[in-house]
Amino acid sequence: MSDKKKGPESKTYKFDTLSLHAGYQPHKNAGSRQVPIYQTTSYLFDDVDHAAALFNLERGGHIYSRISNPTVGVLEERVASLEGGTAALATSSGMSAIFLTVMTLCEAGDHLVVSSQLYGGTVNLFRLTLPKFGIKCTFVKPRDTEGFKKAIQKNTKGIFGELVGNPGNELMNMPEVSKIAHDAGIPLIVDATYQTPYLCKPFEHGADIVIHSLTKWMAGHGSSMAGILVEGGNFDWMQNDKFPTMTKPYEGYHGLSFAEEFGPTAFTMKARAEGMRDFGPCLSPQNAWNVLQGIETLSVRMKKHCSNAEEMVKYLLAHESVAWVSHPSVPDHPDHALAKKLLPNGRGSMIAFGIKGGKDAGVAFINNVKLASHLANVGDTRTLVIHPASGTHSQMDEATLKFAGLSHDMIRLSVGIEDIDDIKNDFEIGFRAARKPRLVSNQ
Amino acid sequence: MKFKVNGQEVFASTGGRPFDKNKPLIIFVHGSGLTHMTWVLQTRYFAFHGYSVLALDLPGHGLSSGKSLKSIEDMADWISSVIDAVGYKEASLVGHSQGCLVTIECTARYPDKIKTLSLMGGAGAIPMNPDLLALAENGDPKAVDLMMDWAHGPAGHFGGHPVPGLYHINTGGMLAKSRTIKDTLAVDFRACDNYKNGFEAAKKIKIPTLSILATDDKMCPVNEGRKLADLIEGSKVDIIDNCGHMMLLEEADRVLKVLKSFITTNYPSKH
Repeated sequence: MSDKKKGPESKTYKFDTLSLHAGYQPHKNAGSRQVPIYQTTSYLFDDVDHAAALFNLERGGHIYSRISNPTVGVLEERVASLEGGTAALATSSGMSAIFLTVMTLCEAGDHLVVSSQLYGGTVNLFRLTLPKFGIKCTFVKPRDTEGFKKAIQKNTKGIFGELVGNPGNELMNMPEVSKIAHDAGIPLIVDATYQTPYLCKPFEHGADIVIHSLTKWMAGHGSSMAGILVEGGNFDWMQNDKFPTMTKPYEGYHGLSFAEEFGPTAFTMKARAEGMRDFGPCLSPQNAWNVLQGIETLSVRMKKHCSNAEEMVKYLLAHESVAWVSHPSVPDHPDHALAKKLLPNGRGSMIAFGIKGGKDAGVAFINNVKLASHLANVGDTRTLVIHPASGTHSQMDEATLKFAGLSHDMIRLSVGIEDIDDIKNDFEIGFRAARKPRLVSNQ
Repeated sequence: MKFKVNGQEVFASTGGRPFDKNKPLIIFVHGSGLTHMTWVLQTRYFAFHGYSVLALDLPGHGLSSGKSLKSIEDMADWISSVIDAVGYKEASLVGHSQGCLVTIECTARYPDKIKTLSLMGGAGAIPMNPDLLALAENGDPKAVDLMMDWAHGPAGHFGGHPVPGLYHINTGGMLAKSRTIKDTLAVDFRACDNYKNGFEAAKKIKIPTLSILATDDKMCPVNEGRKLADLIEGSKVDIIDNCGHMMLLEEADRVLKVLKSFITTNYPSKH
């Protein structure tokens, strides 16, 4: 209803409605209320002219499911709508979304500035694998905002970071780092897997490209691997000569300039047309459908994840077996104020805590909890625990572990949506074992 | 490509093909506050099928320099200057929304230059909602939000972009914010609001004309589009169901099919 004093209001659909409906119209799909799973590799051309038009990007449509698929397309539009982005490209995993983003942005000889506190696999990609493609990276601690500025070189093509670092929960000051990136004429790429667009929309704080491992909270049920890159549409690729592959004629499409032709969707168009064509980490329609089911309840689940996490923070802070707790909701967390600003709907459900007794106690705790699952994932509906130094981040050497903010007593907890009392009771079993590691391990 | 008109640098997309003066010319004129990118699902096709294409950024819009032109009449004269500047004597015009007002006026003023006219979401007059106009003139981004809401039909609001992965409303919104709202959108809105000559101009048009209208168009409703089409001798009308004002993107394939048939019949290319 419009208020005469306030004037007319936009009636575009809001977050919870978009979570259920964006990207899909039943009447164009035989009236099917649920999104159909288009389990097909390829799509009929009307005639030779139609085929040529699709290959030349003269018109929209599907050619081959490595490049695009109607079920995957619904997921892409849905996530773009929730993030406030112009376009999105779904991939087979979060890692392939990061790789595709880097390969769309960079060439051999280029450089990236990267936050040091990242998922272990991401660290290895930037530290060990990308140099094999001639792309070098400088790591900066997430709280060292000035450090991001100092690390920028002539050939730097972007800044990459997780908003809340994995696993230490250190925040990157996204608004400040985005200013640094934009002053240097380069984009800020944010992995917002921990937040989902329910907790934070990075485009509103200066990010230019957002990446998600959809495997985590977005899908939410621990069933399916998926990733996505989303474009904000605000970055001007033509402002300088740093991005010739975006702005100059591209031989692969008869001299197409992605920036000129597609403007606010240029990055996604290039990532799909070039990256999916050449690297091919496409998402299966079945997994896209599974993720869509998760997104339908995203806001409902995230509220419960966050309220359970805040309960667990209180419980852990008061526990005799806990040496320290890191979660942005804790008032003395160094990034508490920033988290309040960037994450108004909740500070997420990832908690890192130190267990008294160090590594041995940590191992005993992990080995003895029954309800919490010990596995290498986060963002499941179920509560998950891991000891990063011996699991997700075990491929790092001692110095890298330290630089990434990891310690041997650290337990990473992804709080699920079970009854909070049951999670606490389970942790009591773990803590009891941790206090008597030898006795328990002999049982 | 970039070229100069009245001393100002102009950007126009050539649809991904080099501009070739030997081919017949089609000029695409965008709507209020928007840019050449709204035409991407029509221009590339014609550029690859025998035509030279210019999807213009009006002065002060997109990648063109200068200030936004303040009246539809000035924009119409400017289109004529564009034809001269690229060394042509004639062209086929395609307009969307405000671009329809511009191309109608241009065709009426320069009847020998314009060979066919295609109007999408057009009307003889586009009086602006006073609240929307005020928001734009205050530089309030809410103007863009409202415009995106009203300009899109079900495809825009729910999704289902013809290009996989693109989301209509946010893409349109970003285009409309690509330059300052006060300097582009507001100036365009005011120009539309002030323009009163549409119906008179339409009566003067004697060339093949096509109007594509959409049932869910809130900005230029079907009956307004029909009123205009009825004044143009022999005008063809195509109405798209379940579609809003941004039909050139929401129903890009249908629009291309109708446009292709109309232009290739009435302004054929030998190339």
